[in-house]
Amino acid sequence: MSPSGAEVLRQIKDRIEEVDPGAVREQLDSGVLVIDVRQDEEWATGHIPGAHHVPKSHLESRIEGVAPDKSQRVVLYCASGQRSAWAARTLIEDLGYDSVESMTGGFTLWKDRGYQVEVPRFMSAEQRDRYSRHLLLNEVGIEGQQKLLDAKVLLLGAGGLGSPAALYLAAAGVGTIGIVDDDTVDLSNLQRQVIHNSERVGVAKVDSAEATINALNPDVKVEKHQLRLGPDNIMDILPNYDIVVDGLDNFPTRYLVNDASVRLRIPVVSAAILGFDGQLSVFKPYEGPCYRCLFPVPPPAELAPSCGANGVIGVLPGTMGLLQATEVIKLILHVGNPLIGRLLMYDALAATVTEVKVRRDPHCAICSRDPDEISDDELGVFPDYEAFCAGAH
Amino acid sequence: MATIRIPPVLRPSVGGEREINADGDNVGEILRAVAVDHPGTESQLFGADGELNRYVNVYLNDEDVRVLDGLDTTVSTADTLVILPAMAGGAR
Repeated sequence: MSPSGAEVLRQIKDRIEEVDPGAVREQLDSGVLVIDVRQDEEWATGHIPGAHHVPKSHLESRIEGVAPDKSQRVVLYCASGQRSAWAARTLIEDLGYDSVESMTGGFTLWKDRGYQVEVPRFMSAEQRDRYSRHLLLNEVGIEGQQKLLDAKVLLLGAGGLGSPAALYLAAAGVGTIGIVDDDTVDLSNLQRQVIHNSERVGVAKVDSAEATINALNPDVKVEKHQLRLGPDNIMDILPNYDIVVDGLDNFPTRYLVNDASVRLRIPVVSAAILGFDGQLSVFKPYEGPCYRCLFPVPPPAELAPSCGANGVIGVLPGTMGLLQATEVIKLILHVGNPLIGRLLMYDALAATVTEVKVRRDPHCAICSRDPDEISDDELGVFPDYEAFCAGAH
Repeated sequence: MATIRIPPVLRPSVGGEREINADGDNVGEILRAVAVDHPGTESQLFGADGELNRYVNVYLNDEDVRVLDGLDTTVSTADTLVILPAMAGGAR
């Protein structure tokens, strides 16, 4: 007569090593590999911090992805210590693992003792579908998508550069998008500012952008800042964000944003456009140069085309704004080689991209100093540019 | 002759060209030759002291000439000088 299931389990427990939850807890930081063999829905309700998840039903096919070294010490657990005992037997006798233990009492006993539990972040079925092409990428996956959903990105302007950046960052699931813009939609904007539309002429750009983003992705929270960024408000706004996207149309605010972002150690993804030409760089404080390292002083008004309306081919801010969005996503995910210490010049007519090195200036008025030394009064110190530009009109 | 890439704000001063050529053995000689050929560029490139204006960056290929030998940086005929003034267009 075949032995009962209970009898087989007893025999298995005689052949494998078991370990008390208290011992596992003490060894969590010492390199022991803890593997949860419960079902997906059990894992989702909480697990041992730092544990890996390999459901018992997929043990044979997935274990080597988590534990490629068969001599490594492995602790398995389930809800009560039974399934993990079966799994331990499989690892030792069928798959050749040397050092496998099953945790007695399982996760139930772990919780009963009041030990720490980690609850995995929840992604809804709709989110898994929406971001499925991200989840397939090793560079993103669930963890990366969660970083995107947690990220807070501030767009300076919902104009030529901000429009495409906002659309794609929203589509990517960047969870909080702040938009600073005090302007309203004008018909002449629509040749390039694709987040707005003909029906919204006269509407505040922050409201128009919010409507488009909400329709595109309900996961995204839009923070509207309908104002002109200045020394009086910048320190109220920037600290709430992880990354700033600078598409500003004027030099005084560019310097102001630089100085505040250095003080707050917030990276700025910066682009500028004119005609058929674009510039792009990432200024990450103290890892690379800042904007003042690149341009310690602004050009005089007659050489500063931002002072007046200038022509721009409509697709150019699309190209540059999307390169900005790409750099933002790389920074959030910590992947690739961000454009720190480098500046791209894109010439649309020639279809060429030129890259130059940007060095940190050891004598930079701002980033050569400790951020705490940068006072409010120093933020955006600049020649009287507003008056300068007014004179140039 | 070295190649000089002209940024948008300076193109009106060089007849709309995107690239021009000029003779010279170093950065200073080449840029002064540019200023002679195209007088409109002189005040944009050089300050009253004869030095490069600080709001204009010049790169020998991909390196800022200020971290090389400045205007004295040697230039060969195969090199490209990139002139880069600050731009700020974007939002509006």
